[in-house]
Amino acid sequence: MFQTVALSGSRGERLLFSDISVTVKPGSLLAVVGENGSGKTSFLRMLCGLLSPDKGTILWQGKDIRQLKELYSAQLTYIGHLNGIKDELTPVENLTVSACLAGDESAREVVQKALEAVGLGRPVHRLPTRVLSQGQKRRVALARLWLSTRPLWLLDEPFASLDVTATSYLTRHLQSHLSHGGMVVVATHQEIDLPSDCVQHLRLTR
Amino acid sequence: MSQPSLSEALRGVVRRDLLLAMRHRSDVAMSVFFVVIVASLFPLGVGPEPAVLRMIASGVLWVTALLACLLSLGRLFTADYLDGVLEQTLLIPQPLAVLVVGKVFSHWVISGLPVVLLSPLLGLQFGLSGESLGVLTLSLLLGTPTLSMIGAIGAALTLGLRGSGLLVALLVLPLFIPVLIFGAGAVTNSLAGIGSEANLSLLGACFLFSFAFAPWATAVALRIALE
Repeated sequence: MFQTVALSGSRGERLLFSDISVTVKPGSLLAVVGENGSGKTSFLRMLCGLLSPDKGTILWQGKDIRQLKELYSAQLTYIGHLNGIKDELTPVENLTVSACLAGDESAREVVQKALEAVGLGRPVHRLPTRVLSQGQKRRVALARLWLSTRPLWLLDEPFASLDVTATSYLTRHLQSHLSHGGMVVVATHQEIDLPSDCVQHLRLTR
Repeated sequence: MSQPSLSEALRGVVRRDLLLAMRHRSDVAMSVFFVVIVASLFPLGVGPEPAVLRMIASGVLWVTALLACLLSLGRLFTADYLDGVLEQTLLIPQPLAVLVVGKVFSHWVISGLPVVLLSPLLGLQFGLSGESLGVLTLSLLLGTPTLSMIGAIGAALTLGLRGSGLLVALLVLPLFIPVLIFGAGAVTNSLAGIGSEANLSLLGACFLFSFAFAPWATAVALRIALE
């Protein structure tokens, strides 16, 4: 179980959010919504441990993530609003290195299957990522989710730049992750087509 | 749950950086080209007097190596910062200081090692004897990783700032000076027939000290830069 307790965060002098307490249970998704600049990305980065909260704590299985450190990092997959991929490398190389760094020494076939799952055909696999469109680059970044065996996924605007087909691939994969007891926190502007009983919303206001 | 071992994480970081260097061959070649050109122009500018060339050799070659390292420091973290790879690196479930060692090692392989390997050839242009060439190579072998390690602190501290190139130079140059003095001093002592062991030992101490301290300081600076 993943929890935030009375979490407050600010950027510079500006208070972004305060006193946020939410619980994400296995099999559920928390959609963080709000207008631009409301602090969704900061909230997500805080949940990853990349940003320190002003007040409050973030608990993973009842323990403060600041104490768990690397043990907590090993439980999560984060895809930020930056793709975290290298333009000079091919999609296959990007995913192979990512998988190696995540501790999943995936075979080339597994990586290729992950890319195919997000709708990137074999001809694209060998191209440098820099020649791909923004949507295709986003798909490469999201393909990491198909390689991830971690229970907690933190996704910042995962649907940005995606077409309808890729959105449906991702939604189905999120549903599959939730059905296996996974947890997802998504910062998004759009409605996610998932059963309402497994989705809770957190609205941040400016 | 998947968690990379320390060696897997280290291997992954080094592998990615070396792969990127292979794709950016011109960047790597530029550092090497800079060293070769500067070291080759000096004898032409100063004149063919062997005694003068031998006298300036250690200083010229060491300053050239130092500047080559400084020039390449901008590449160390900036690209990773801009494309979000650094964020992902911070979330690798292994101590960040160890991953920084991997980044610095790759930087040294790309920018320092070619200088070390070329140094005997460059030293020949200055009329250095066989023994002095050996001391030059050994001093650079100990000194260039130290420069990369110290430089990483500066690169991390100035990450995301405007005019970071100049700031890095201002921050790290004073810390480079002892390495420069001990490194150039080792070659000068060797030429003068005085033993260079003391200077090489001091360079070794600098290397060990920077190895113990710099990755940790760099990791802290990177976390601050990403806050």
